[in-house]
Amino acid sequence: MLELTINNIKVKAEEGMTILDAAKSVGINIPTLCHMKDLFPTGACRICVVEVDGMRGLTPSCAYPVTEGMKVQTNTPRVRIARKTIVELLIENHPQDCLVCVRNKNCELQDLSETYNVREHRYCGEKKDHAIDISSASMERDPAKCILCGRCVRTCGEIQKIGAIDFTNRGFYSTVTTPYNIGLNVSDCILCGQCILVCPTAALREKSSSKEVMNAITDKTKFTVVQVAPAVRASIGEEYNLPLGTNATGQLVTGLKRLGFDRVFDTNFAADLTIMEEATELIHRVSNNGTLPMFTSCCPGWVKYIEQNSPELLPHVSTCKSPHEMEGAVLKSYYAKKMGLKPEEIYVVSIMPCTVKKFESGRAELSQDKLQDVDAVLTTRELVRLFKAAGIDFNDLPEDKFDNPLGDSTGAAAIFGTSGGVMEAALRTAYFKLTGTELDNLALEDVRGNDGLKASTIDINGLEVRVAVVNGIGNVGPVLDEIKNGTSKYHFVEVMACPGGCINGGGQPIHQKPEKVKKRVQALYEIDSKMKNRRSHENESVQKLYKEFLIEPNSHVAHEVLHTTYVDRKKILNN
Amino acid sequence: MHNHIFEKYVPGDRSSLIALLQDVQEIYGYLPQEALKDISEFIKVPLSGIYGVATFYNQFRLKPLGKNVIRVCRGTACHVKNSANILMALEMELGVKAGDTTRDKLFTLETVACIGACSIAPVVNINQEYFGRVTVKEIPKILKKYRQEEALKSKSEQSVSVE
Repeated sequence: MLELTINNIKVKAEEGMTILDAAKSVGINIPTLCHMKDLFPTGACRICVVEVDGMRGLTPSCAYPVTEGMKVQTNTPRVRIARKTIVELLIENHPQDCLVCVRNKNCELQDLSETYNVREHRYCGEKKDHAIDISSASMERDPAKCILCGRCVRTCGEIQKIGAIDFTNRGFYSTVTTPYNIGLNVSDCILCGQCILVCPTAALREKSSSKEVMNAITDKTKFTVVQVAPAVRASIGEEYNLPLGTNATGQLVTGLKRLGFDRVFDTNFAADLTIMEEATELIHRVSNNGTLPMFTSCCPGWVKYIEQNSPELLPHVSTCKSPHEMEGAVLKSYYAKKMGLKPEEIYVVSIMPCTVKKFESGRAELSQDKLQDVDAVLTTRELVRLFKAAGIDFNDLPEDKFDNPLGDSTGAAAIFGTSGGVMEAALRTAYFKLTGTELDNLALEDVRGNDGLKASTIDINGLEVRVAVVNGIGNVGPVLDEIKNGTSKYHFVEVMACPGGCINGGGQPIHQKPEKVKKRVQALYEIDSKMKNRRSHENESVQKLYKEFLIEPNSHVAHEVLHTTYVDRKKILNN
Repeated sequence: MHNHIFEKYVPGDRSSLIALLQDVQEIYGYLPQEALKDISEFIKVPLSGIYGVATFYNQFRLKPLGKNVIRVCRGTACHVKNSANILMALEMELGVKAGDTTRDKLFTLETVACIGACSIAPVVNINQEYFGRVTVKEIPKILKKYRQEEALKSKSEQSVSVE
C-alpha cells in the first residue's frame, strides 16, 4: 500500500494501480475512451490526462502507475482545456448526425461533448469520407463515425483473437478496417458483435431488420410468430433502468403481444428440444466410436469460426440446428400442420442477444424448400427501439405467459444463455438417458463461472465423461490444436463465441457497467433454480412433440427437421 | 518465390514483421497479397495487423511500381512555389492520382514530404533525375522524353526478336 493525494484528497492505493483506478476508488471520475479494463493500457486517446506534480506534460492517468507521495490534480484549467480540445477535434471530424443516429443518447462522444460543455464549432477542416460497409448480414461498419479509440480492434484481436480489423494507413487517413478494406462478409470476421458492445459511437452497429418485421406484422396474410432467447429476458430491463440482472420475462411477453405478434413463443422450448437431440447424438457417438470430442452447435459465431478456420474439424460439430432454428423448423412443419396453415404463411421472428443469428437465419442449410426456418432476427436493442416506437411503456406492463405449446420450457433451457449452460443441460439429460436415474446435484459448478476454459469429469455409470466449456472464441485455439495433434481427451466440448455466453452477446444492451455479465448470469441461474422441471426430458410439450411428430430423438424425421450440415468456408474465402 | 526468406526468422516471432516485409519488397518491388498471407501465417499475426503495418510505413507499397517513378516534392518551399499545381498537372497528364501507376505501367506518381533541394523549388524527381524550378508548361515535355525512351526500347526489342 502506498499513499498519494488526488485533488488534495489522501488516497491509499496498491502498487501497480493506475492513477485512473486510484481516483475512481475515491469517487473522482476521469473520462476514458481507449481504456479497456483488464487489457494493457495504450494511452492513445489522451482524454484521461491529469496533472502530476513535478511532471512537465500532462499524464495519461489510464496508463500511469501511482507512486508514493504523488500529487495529482484532475480538474485544473489546463486539464479541462486539453480534454475539451480533444473532444472538439474529434467532433469536427465526425458526421454530427446525432438526431438520426442509432446511438443517439447512448454515445460516449455525445456524453463527452456534454460533460466538457462544447457549445460551438471552433475548428473546421477536412472531414473523413468513407463508404459504409453493409456487406455482412449482421453488421454495418461506418468508418466516418469512428473516433479511432481502438477498442474494437483490441476486442477482436486480444479478447476474441480473430483480428478481422486493425488500424490501417496513418495520420488523417487512419482507418479501422479489414485487410485491403474488403467487406466484413468476406473477411475473417465471425460477426459476433463484441466490437459493437465496446464501440463508443455508431461506427459499428447491427444491421437492422425492424422494417421487415413491422411490415410482416401489418401484413394480414402472414401469421407472425415471435420467439425469445433465454438471454434477452435477463438483459432487456437494463434499457429501462431496471437493476442489472432483472428477469423481465413477463413484461417481455406482454410487450411482444402488444406489438402485434400472433403468437409469442419461447426459444427455451427449442433449447429443451436441442438437448434431447444433442444428448442423444453424444451418447450415440460415445457408444459407437463416433467422432469425438463432439462440439456444441448452438452458437452460430462458433460454427462460422470453425467453418472458416478449421473446416477439417467440422465432423466434430454436432449436427443439431441451434435452438431458434429448431423452433422455426418445428413452427413451419408440425405447428403449421396443427394450425392448418401453409408453412409460407408463417413468419418467424427471433429476438436474440446475438448479431450472428442474423447471418445464421439466412444460411441456405437452414431452410426447407427454400423457405427459411427463421425469417428475421432482431437483437435485444432493436426490440427495445420497436417497443419505444409503438408506445409500449415497458416498466408499466403487466406480466404475461408464453403461448403454448412452443412456449413451454424447463430450467435446463434457461441456462442456455450462459457459458456452460448448454453443457450442464446436456449432462442432466445424458445422465438420465444412460442410467435411467436423475442426476442428484443439478448445479455443475465446474462448468459455471467466468474462466476461459472450464473442464470437468462426470462419472456416468462407470463411464467417465470428460467435458470442457470454452467461454469466448479467443480460448478455443488450444482445444482445436489438441484435436489436431491427437491429444484431446474430451468427449464433449461446449463453445460460445462471446465471453460469458449469449448473455454477453453482440446484440445486447450497450453500456460499460462492470458486473453486467455476472448479474445477467445470476438471473438465468435463478430462473433455473426456481423451475419445477429442470431437466429437458421433463418438458411435457417436447415429449408430446416426439409422440405426435418426431417419433424419437435422432429419428429420420428429427434429422430432417432439426439437423443441419456445414460448409467449408475456408475454401470459399480463399477463392 | 519468396519462401526462402522465412529461413532466417523464427516462426511466431512478431518482431520480425518489418524485416520480413522488407525482404518481400526486395524480391517483388512491392508486397503481393499472397506474400502478406504467408507472413501472417508464419509469425501468427492476423492479416489485418500485417496490412496495418504495411500501410503505415511509406517505404512499403502494395502495388507494383511503374518503370519510371515520378516524385513531386510537396515540402514547404515547393508548396510556396506552387507544387500543388505541378502535382495536379501531372495527375491530369498521366490520368492517375498520386500514389497510383498508369495503366501502361510506364509511370508511378508519388509525393514526397521534402526532397531537400529547396533552392530549386518546385522540384520533380524522376528516377535518378531532378528537375528544378519546374513549371506546369514544361510537364508534357519532361514526360515526352521518358515516353520516347520507352518507345525506342520496345522497338529495339522487337527488332531483336525478329532476328
